[in-house]
Amino acid sequence: MALASPLGRRFVIGVPYAWLVVFFLLPFLILLYISFVDMGNDISPFKPIWDSATGLLTLKYENYNSIFRMGEDGALFQTLYIEAYVRSLWYALCTAVLCLLLGYPFAYFIARSKPSVRPALLMMVMLPFWTSFLLRVYAWKGILADQGVVNQALMALGLIHEPVQMLYTNVSMLVGMTYVYLPFMVLPLYANLVKMDFRLLEAAYDLGTTPFKAFWLVTVPLSKAGIIAGFMLVFIPCVGEFIIPSLLGGPENIMIGRVVWDEMFTSNNWPRASALAVVMIGLIVVPLAMYYHFTAESAESKN
Amino acid sequence: MKRFWQRAFGKLWLAAVFLFLYLPLLFMVVFSFNSTRQDSEFTGFSLRWYDALTRDTKIVDGFWLSIQVATAAGLASAVLATFAAFVLVRYRRFVGRTLFSGMVNAPLVMPEVVIGLSLLLLMVGIQNTFGWPQRGMLTIVMGHTLLGMAYGMVVVQSRLQEMDRAIEEAAMDLGARPIQVFFLVTMPNIVQAILAAFLLAFTLSFDDVVIAEFLSGPGVNTLPQVIFGYARRGINPTIYAAATLLIVSVTLVVIGYSVWVARQTRKREREMNAAVRAELTALQAH
Repeated sequence: MALASPLGRRFVIGVPYAWLVVFFLLPFLILLYISFVDMGNDISPFKPIWDSATGLLTLKYENYNSIFRMGEDGALFQTLYIEAYVRSLWYALCTAVLCLLLGYPFAYFIARSKPSVRPALLMMVMLPFWTSFLLRVYAWKGILADQGVVNQALMALGLIHEPVQMLYTNVSMLVGMTYVYLPFMVLPLYANLVKMDFRLLEAAYDLGTTPFKAFWLVTVPLSKAGIIAGFMLVFIPCVGEFIIPSLLGGPENIMIGRVVWDEMFTSNNWPRASALAVVMIGLIVVPLAMYYHFTAESAESKN
Repeated sequence: MKRFWQRAFGKLWLAAVFLFLYLPLLFMVVFSFNSTRQDSEFTGFSLRWYDALTRDTKIVDGFWLSIQVATAAGLASAVLATFAAFVLVRYRRFVGRTLFSGMVNAPLVMPEVVIGLSLLLLMVGIQNTFGWPQRGMLTIVMGHTLLGMAYGMVVVQSRLQEMDRAIEEAAMDLGARPIQVFFLVTMPNIVQAILAAFLLAFTLSFDDVVIAEFLSGPGVNTLPQVIFGYARRGINPTIYAAATLLIVSVTLVVIGYSVWVARQTRKREREMNAAVRAELTALQAH
């Protein structure tokens, strides 16, 4: 033990532990608590859980009910909130797929390039990532505008005759999200592919497979762990994305992060904003649990 | 022949994706020098947007605030990340270890909106109880530190895991006290990772809009908040000028850091080689 004395040990554990309890656990518990109370009146944004008049503790499920149901006994799952959740998941899925299609060959070719140029290529992938995310998203606003560079280029090539609206549509949303999250896909894929034994491919060729078939039957299955890791790294942050829909999306493209924001600051409905956030955490925990299950399983099968 | 096409396709794909990654940066650099407000046609070279940038008090104030916030959050994150990584790597068993590792890692996957909202609720609660702190710089630093610590921890943790424990044990056997072992043996070995954790937390903080939007008070706006406000209103080449300056400085820092790391590695290799050679000559002399 580097710090063997019990006092030193207690100090080293205690400092980060206390910090996390105060700034992570406690806020989460407050969030959970407020999601179960009523909206307050006058100045206080929410009512306490303990009713001083009756002396009863009551959990209110109204906030959750209003997320899933229109009105008291309306149809299930037909609210604007559910639409926003589904849209967020859908964008996250599309972005992850696009990143994979674009990023897999990219990572593959970097992994197969000369070892001397690999660090420089990786540095070039990382560099945009270190410059402001916000500014890079903002630039797409100009690039994809009706009179923007892309429309001008397409018109100069004669592919279109008048500007196509790309900004504030699904196109600009997906371009922006794919652009921002591509490095998150490329880096785990690269880390996986660079370790691969390319003699296995040679063996497949010697046995008479076509390059395409060899790729599907040898390379892809061997890089499964990298694909899943990259997919998670893109999918999870995409679900809660806030900036990209705010800058590149129209009113049609509102995602759940924005809905939480509006509920908090525009409607001033703290309990409902909290309930929406709690459901959002639930949405992210499910794919994460599946991921951990998968990695645990593959680690087991390796042993 | 087949090999040739494969290689050509590979080069083309790399070039196309790099073009995609660098197009927005190129776009902002070019149009920051434009002589008019529009960003669809280059009408002539001018430095007027750089001039406008230095006069824009919102951007300048936001920049200094962001530098302060990012430095504070970076330092706090690096210290806490080192503590947390040390705990996770060295203390295999203690009460509440599962909760601890869960809490350190959770901010990595939590949506920023949820982190921002729950911290805002906490700050409001604390303020209602103690009358302090006002929402502003301090609360933003706290929020950024939570995020920076999680990312920094991953970096320091992987370095600590690679480190050879034997040298620490050797120092202990020679009578060094635990605290001496940490500062004289462990620290020099992980200092690169701690610096990387600082840089990562600094960048995250300098770049963050969402948490700052939740936790800042009236009149307190970090640079990303100012830019976000402008960006929603339409074209503003002043932002392109700010972006160009940022791109240039980040490029310099990244290149400088990688040169430093390369030199450090080479130095260590040289020392190792020298030590091995000395050993060999000593053996031969026998």
